Amino acid sequence: MNETSQSPATTKISTYLMMIVLIVLALSIVALISAVTIFPEAPQMAGFLLLIGFIAMSLAAYVLLQSRRRAISMKIEPPQVMTTIECRKCGFKSVRAYQRGDYVFKELEKCQKCDDKMMITAIYKEVKEKEKTFPV
Amino acid sequence: MSALPGSDTISQILSMLFYVVFIVFLFYGQRIQMYVMIREVEGRLYKLKYMKEEGRKTAIETIKEIGKPQTDPSARIDRYLEYFTISPQNMDPAGIVYKLDHILDVRDTRLKDEVKLMAPASDEVQINNLENTLEAAMALNFIYKVVRHYYILGKKTLSLYVIMQLQMILPLVMKEAEAYASALKAFAFGQPIGDGAGALVAAKLMHGYETRKLPKDCVVATVPIEGRTAFVIKAEGPGGNVGKPGDAVKAVIDENEGKIATVIMIDAGLKLEGEMVGEIADGIGAAIGGPGVDQFKIEEALLEYHIPINAVIVKEDIGDAVSPMRKEIADSTDKVIERVKNVLLERTKEGDKVIIVGVGNTIGIGQ
Repeated sequence: MNETSQSPATTKISTYLMMIVLIVLALSIVALISAVTIFPEAPQMAGFLLLIGFIAMSLAAYVLLQSRRRAISMKIEPPQVMTTIECRKCGFKSVRAYQRGDYVFKELEKCQKCDDKMMITAIYKEVKEKEKTFPV
Repeated sequence: MSALPGSDTISQILSMLFYVVFIVFLFYGQRIQMYVMIREVEGRLYKLKYMKEEGRKTAIETIKEIGKPQTDPSARIDRYLEYFTISPQNMDPAGIVYKLDHILDVRDTRLKDEVKLMAPASDEVQINNLENTLEAAMALNFIYKVVRHYYILGKKTLSLYVIMQLQMILPLVMKEAEAYASALKAFAFGQPIGDGAGALVAAKLMHGYETRKLPKDCVVATVPIEGRTAFVIKAEGPGGNVGKPGDAVKAVIDENEGKIATVIMIDAGLKLEGEMVGEIADGIGAAIGGPGVDQFKIEEALLEYHIPINAVIVKEDIGDAVSPMRKEIADSTDKVIERVKNVLLERTKEGDKVIIVGVGNTIGIGQ
């Protein structure tokens, strides 16, 4: 099996679902317009149409929102990894994005301040989002 | 006040609807519940499929980029992902550890050879990293297939209990799968992972001292700490490698004829929910995971000479253990060194010989 023969699991909303949502949305708009049109002659029927229209519209919006959330949750974002470089002689320190080939205790180019070689002292990722805490 | 015209019809329709819903739920409630569960499992299965395919894609891209193969490695990678290992028969458990050790050695050699064939232009460090990448992809492939198996089985048999068991266990399975998915890039790029906390501590202790190789894939350096002579052991980095600390510890104990005051093992330990990432704890015992072969060998060697064993662990969850090392874990290594020094001062005398083992995958960590 080659790379292209396997279809990748999609992270987009399916066109089939999108079509259903759009049809339901269109119908709900029709129901709302009809409700406004027939309101003087049959207010009760207009009320029903209004209710159906709003329910259908909210359902369509909910399904669309849920599908979008699911599509987003499928993505795996690689975290940003940082490399700390230090000069053991003068203590000059700098942090940059990780580059392939970096490893802890790798010797790098000469220090900007003194002539000693710099070294990678740490490679880490910073997790921004706070973990949900439970006060127990 | 008179009722609105048509309100009787509406209330009749509504009560009819209520009865219909009541009867449907009475007879088909369980089935509806099952369909809801199946739908939930299906959603997660799609995510697992996506992760599995991402794993395969990452492995292929990395091998093409680093290994510069002459032919397309996809077919060989697909074969690799289906690779299995049969554990030894345990009806008569005597000697099973060494049988398992042998099987794992054969597996390791075979997988490394496969990687060498797939990526001929890669060096030893890159081969180790590629092997780790492929193992993460292999784990994702396996998880996806097992979940799919139970999903299809549940749908075929329409058994609530099959589906229910799967649905109940899925949050934990997903957590593990997500951990492997985030490990893929870390392995492919050769970044240090959370599991390497022990190896990082050992590397910090031995840095600047002469190292020599030990069996298997481990290095040792003789380091003076607090007036003691410490033999600091870790897997040889910076390639993705855990080595065989069991054999390494045994070799150092034998070299010193058992005259070792204590062994201190440092490893990443699974935290419980509510505990902080990077928290440190110390205790007693061989702090080492894996299939248990190395733990067995260390315990056996220690028992022979009655050597006490201490352990220091850095707490993290499974996701942190296989994804790029978090800052909290990297920062905790200096505290671990202080804790190790405290243990040495409290448990040994000046002039004693001790062994300090940094356990874990040394990917992205030199020495």
